[in-house]
Amino acid sequence: MASFKPTKIPIYPKLGEKVTPDTLYWKNYKAPVQIKEFGAVTSIDFSPLAPHNYAVTASTRIHIYGPFSQEPVKTFTRFKDTAYSGKFRSDGQLLVAGCEDSVVRLFDVSGKVALRVFKGHTKGVHVTDFTSDCYHILTGSDDYTCRLWDIPNSTELTSYKEHTDYIRCGTTSKLNRDIFITGSYDHTLRVFDARVEKSVMTMDHSQPVESVLLYPSEGLLVSSGGRYVKVWDLLKGGQPLVSLKNHHKTVTCLGLSSNGQRLLSASLDRHVKIYNTTNYKVVHNFDYAASILSLALAPDDESIVVGMTNGVLSIKHRKSPEEKQEVAGKQRVRPVYRVFVKGRNYVPKKDDFFVSKPVKSHLAKYDKQLKRFNISKALDTALELWRKNRKPDITVAVMKELDRRGTLKNALAGRDEQNLSQLLNFLIGNVVDPRFTPVLVTATEMILDIYQAVVGQSSVVDRQLVRLQELVEREIDYQQDLLEVLGMLDTLFATSLPRKEVPCPGSSRPNGLAEGGLGAPGPQLQAA
Amino acid sequence: MVEHAEIRMVRRGGSKINFREPVITNDSRFLLCAAGESVNVYSTSTEEFVHDLQGHTDLVTGVVLNPSNHLQVYSCSADGTVRLWDFMDGILIKTFIIGYPIYSIYVSEKHGGVVFVVVPMANYKSSELFQLVAVHLPRSGDQEVEARELSAVLCDVSPHPGAVSFGREGEYIAATKGLQLEVFFFKKQKSYRFSLKSGMKKGVKNAFTCVSCHPKEDCIATGHADGKIRLWRNFNQKKEYTYTTLHWHHGAVNTLCFTPEGTNLLSGGIESVLVHWHYTQENQKDFLPRLGAAITHIAVSPDGSLFCTSHSDNKITIIQSCVKVSAIIQGLVKGDGVWTDLIIDPRSKALVLNGKPGHLQFYSLHRDKQLYNLDIVQQEYINEEGLDQFEVVKAAFDARGDWLATVEERRKKGAELEINLKLWAYDKLTQSFVLNTTVTAPHEDRITGMFFSPSPETTMLVTTSLDDHFKAWLLADHSDTKEGFWSCDFVGGYHLLKPGCCSYSADGSLLAVGFQEVVTVWSPASWELLTTLSQPPGAIRDLCFGRLSCSKYLLGTSTKNQLCCWNLLTCSLEWSTPMDVSLLQADPLSENMAAFCSQSGSSDLFVFKPSEPRPLYSQKALCTGKVQHAVFAPRDQMLESCEERTQWLNRSQLYFITQDMDLLTFSTKTEEDRLLASSKQLMVDDSVAVTPFYLLLGKHRRQQLEKQEALTNPMAERTQLPQGSIAIKELLHTPAHVLPSASFLCAMFVRSLLVSRSSAREEKAEEEMESEKEEEDSEGEADPRLGESAAWAPSEEFGAPALTKAQERELRKVKTFDHSWLSSLLDS
Repeated sequence: MASFKPTKIPIYPKLGEKVTPDTLYWKNYKAPVQIKEFGAVTSIDFSPLAPHNYAVTASTRIHIYGPFSQEPVKTFTRFKDTAYSGKFRSDGQLLVAGCEDSVVRLFDVSGKVALRVFKGHTKGVHVTDFTSDCYHILTGSDDYTCRLWDIPNSTELTSYKEHTDYIRCGTTSKLNRDIFITGSYDHTLRVFDARVEKSVMTMDHSQPVESVLLYPSEGLLVSSGGRYVKVWDLLKGGQPLVSLKNHHKTVTCLGLSSNGQRLLSASLDRHVKIYNTTNYKVVHNFDYAASILSLALAPDDESIVVGMTNGVLSIKHRKSPEEKQEVAGKQRVRPVYRVFVKGRNYVPKKDDFFVSKPVKSHLAKYDKQLKRFNISKALDTALELWRKNRKPDITVAVMKELDRRGTLKNALAGRDEQNLSQLLNFLIGNVVDPRFTPVLVTATEMILDIYQAVVGQSSVVDRQLVRLQELVEREIDYQQDLLEVLGMLDTLFATSLPRKEVPCPGSSRPNGLAEGGLGAPGPQLQAA
Repeated sequence: MVEHAEIRMVRRGGSKINFREPVITNDSRFLLCAAGESVNVYSTSTEEFVHDLQGHTDLVTGVVLNPSNHLQVYSCSADGTVRLWDFMDGILIKTFIIGYPIYSIYVSEKHGGVVFVVVPMANYKSSELFQLVAVHLPRSGDQEVEARELSAVLCDVSPHPGAVSFGREGEYIAATKGLQLEVFFFKKQKSYRFSLKSGMKKGVKNAFTCVSCHPKEDCIATGHADGKIRLWRNFNQKKEYTYTTLHWHHGAVNTLCFTPEGTNLLSGGIESVLVHWHYTQENQKDFLPRLGAAITHIAVSPDGSLFCTSHSDNKITIIQSCVKVSAIIQGLVKGDGVWTDLIIDPRSKALVLNGKPGHLQFYSLHRDKQLYNLDIVQQEYINEEGLDQFEVVKAAFDARGDWLATVEERRKKGAELEINLKLWAYDKLTQSFVLNTTVTAPHEDRITGMFFSPSPETTMLVTTSLDDHFKAWLLADHSDTKEGFWSCDFVGGYHLLKPGCCSYSADGSLLAVGFQEVVTVWSPASWELLTTLSQPPGAIRDLCFGRLSCSKYLLGTSTKNQLCCWNLLTCSLEWSTPMDVSLLQADPLSENMAAFCSQSGSSDLFVFKPSEPRPLYSQKALCTGKVQHAVFAPRDQMLESCEERTQWLNRSQLYFITQDMDLLTFSTKTEEDRLLASSKQLMVDDSVAVTPFYLLLGKHRRQQLEKQEALTNPMAERTQLPQGSIAIKELLHTPAHVLPSASFLCAMFVRSLLVSRSSAREEKAEEEMESEKEEEDSEGEADPRLGESAAWAPSEEFGAPALTKAQERELRKVKTFDHSWLSSLLDS
């Protein structure tokens, strides 16, 4: 004598993106904090010193924010024109910034007035950075030159005029005080050595270069420009390694997550993409409200700060582990552990005689009803479940089971207005879901058959029926459109494929799971 | 059975054990049931097959106990004989030749020396009219007696065995047919007929299906096709009879049975629920639900302690006092069809095919016994007629037996097809298959073929379907999840033709898919279409790669009666021959191929090698009808036959199923003899309630005891049967209130059953314990040393590095032991 087999609730494939460790990691941020700046945020830089304040360059100001403050802890306003590229020195004491008025200013983080002013460029300076020995400053300007300055004497050391267009990005080596890299709108990246008169390496990005980034090991260089992000191998003489094209507008900013395993790129298309640096596949994606100009990550990825063209600064903080536990603790209203182990942990003695009790299998409520062939009650319990947790899987599975038993019609019949409107509510909610359509269409047809005699007696039911009809009609239109698109794509594919005696590879349908949607229009037409 | 020189066709198991009502013997130890042309004897406690009573030459149609001798049994058969057996020893005592095919047999205690049989009416030999006749069995000492003394009792009865029943003390007999109940009183020699209205106006079917008479009172219970049970009383006259109606069944009542005291009535039908009505309080009833399949017969043991029910899935369930199922005797399930084909499980070497609805059965060919059922559909089975149920339509094992793939299908009327592809992984811990992946709707239409790649490196599955595609499924990487799951790797098609069949080459490097008239050959490594082989008109029905030395050949059969052989090296047709091949099967262990051809209503078999033009073996007219399912089952032991004609049977055996669902195989005379000899060895000689397994152990034990007796005289006392041992005597003859604790006695009792040894030391230890026991008796607490002595005993046997004298002697004794039981165990 076999025991009752409970109704099987099928596990439907999850729609949407797959859950990977990466998505879990990058989703573990709180809702963003938004701060309105005076103009487009062109640069963000984190102080290397704890508590990791960050400098935000926007319009004619540089604001310095604390890690959790929404008000700036410090503001530098001594700019005559738009400021650019506020950068901290590696000891976090000094800050350098360029300006549209071609003057480069050096500030003490605690002071207000510029300590040094470097004059010499003839046009706006978009790039500034400290060299690794902390005594020199690199600047790049719209006058096509890049220069090195001495901080103590505030004198110009060298000037390179090799680029043939605006220099809009650059970085210094953190390992060698003489090496620095600049990128320009003339599509080239140049590596300079301060000990040599000329650039030592030139790479062609073939797009105006917007941002450069050196890996911590400084063997690889990442550049962005146009829609491309390119990775270069410096140790192989600037050989291109990969070219990534994942954005559909200019990539404006690059970042590296703290452990160097993930590369971030921000673009005017309002997306931040995160790449795995071993295979350069996109592992995650952030959406923002406006085009992104600047991006920075706090050490240990504690926060992601993004600056946008509309002057909004968006800060996302990582969720702290304590908060997570708190949320989990709130849900816990189950009986305590003691209840479960009561009597279970008894260790029998040697001479004890065992009286085994048959294990009672727990059946769900609807299964209990199904076991007794109480079909209407089983359907009621399943609908009740749906009303409670809004998950239609169980209800649909019970309907399917009833249909298999040939008793779905009996279960649907004999309902009053309230019951019927609940049922119709459920159908309206789920009938167009391709996962449930095959079952629910039969149920809908049965309901229409059963209750067609009483249509018009209840305004509630009539309204729902009209809604159902509209829904189905809309769905049919969608399906028709989709089929048209599919036909168009088919012709496109057919023309693009070489004429060869090779059958179609299975790329169009990765597996059989997603095919329910295409079969849907047929039965729905009948339902209408 | 057809005989052909050396090779003969043998029916191999799977006979119907639910054909007729089983019989439980008076002592409730054995169950007898008709199984094909023999009567099988099973043990009710262990559900093991004990032996069979062979002798009938046609279907056995009834088994009843001899009312005058409870150790004898009558059986009747369609060959026109009634035979009397001693079922304990399996000896045929007498054969009574009646001369007409017999359909059922009834006996009554009151009518000694008379059996009542249902035979066709004499003057309508071939028609459907039957009569119940009384046969007076002549008393003579001969083995074979002609019983010609027939006297008709009732004319026009139903041949169904449940339609006739003896009443209280054999005073009357009740028979039903159609809408009529007829009761014949022996004393008055008069019969009364009671008929029901046809009841067509209500759409109710009133027809009688079965009848059973109360053993103590004048009451007849009848079952009806509409699920009602009527209890008839006061029927010894024409007019004032009464009946009451009981109704629970929603389908027809298949069988009815009163318990021997008449206190309860049992009924069963398609719902597979045993209903237990209380005779006096008719509205009270108990149920035993979910017995698996429709109940066809119910039998009760003469003392009323055991019930047994036969089920439509070739199963007999033994139920203890109507609450607990104690044993299940399961034969080969023969459903409506074998959709899955015959498959051999590479691990257990069991035959796998459709079993109960929604199950796969694993059937041991060597032991003719079902090993287990694997639930594929995993849904509650609703026993109701006219429901579309899920059916397992395809199954396949991979080369090592680690994976099982199944396809289940349900076609609703007018609605779309539901298909599930399930992949099962073999779990070594539980020794069975565990569901790994379920793919709903793997194809848009029916799946026509499913095969695993035979190469050991990749586990790949290919399914072909009527939706113009074939799909390859691969086990996904184990990298991110603990257990891999299956996903689709490739979808292929060829000019929107429907693929009908596919086949892998023996090494898994080539895949041949037959698209109607075209054979396409693919490389599974790169999914490249290597070549297409066109052939004479007719869609491809079957494809088969050659093996071993013939692996360059690909064989195919077409619907237009062609058997073709392509050479894969030249990609050209090697040979073809006009043959209507219904089935092509390759032996996995040799180059041989078996082709079943249907010709003018019967099937022929050809066994051949693709490279040789002459068949190795051919057999005309195997059986009537087409052979649709066959399989080569590898042998455990290779035969060493050198004869050319029988060589193909050396490595594996060919099993096939005929249209009548008989499982047949081929074997040689020498093999049969060997099998017969081995079964003779296991013949039961004296004691009862024995199975071959018990016999093996019992024999071993007896031999050992004899040896011990010969070796050591002091041990003579121990060689007594357990019943005579001191422990048991003590246990049974001491009053309960002076006995020590049960746990203490239990240990002693178990020890008395164990195989004792005769070493001097052990003896000493035992004596010590004996004396200890006396002391403990008064103290009433368990002996700790008892456990200790049990603990050191085995370690002495294996572990001690230095051999004492006693151990040496023991070793010598072990050497002289008879180990033949072990070898026979290994052989069987």
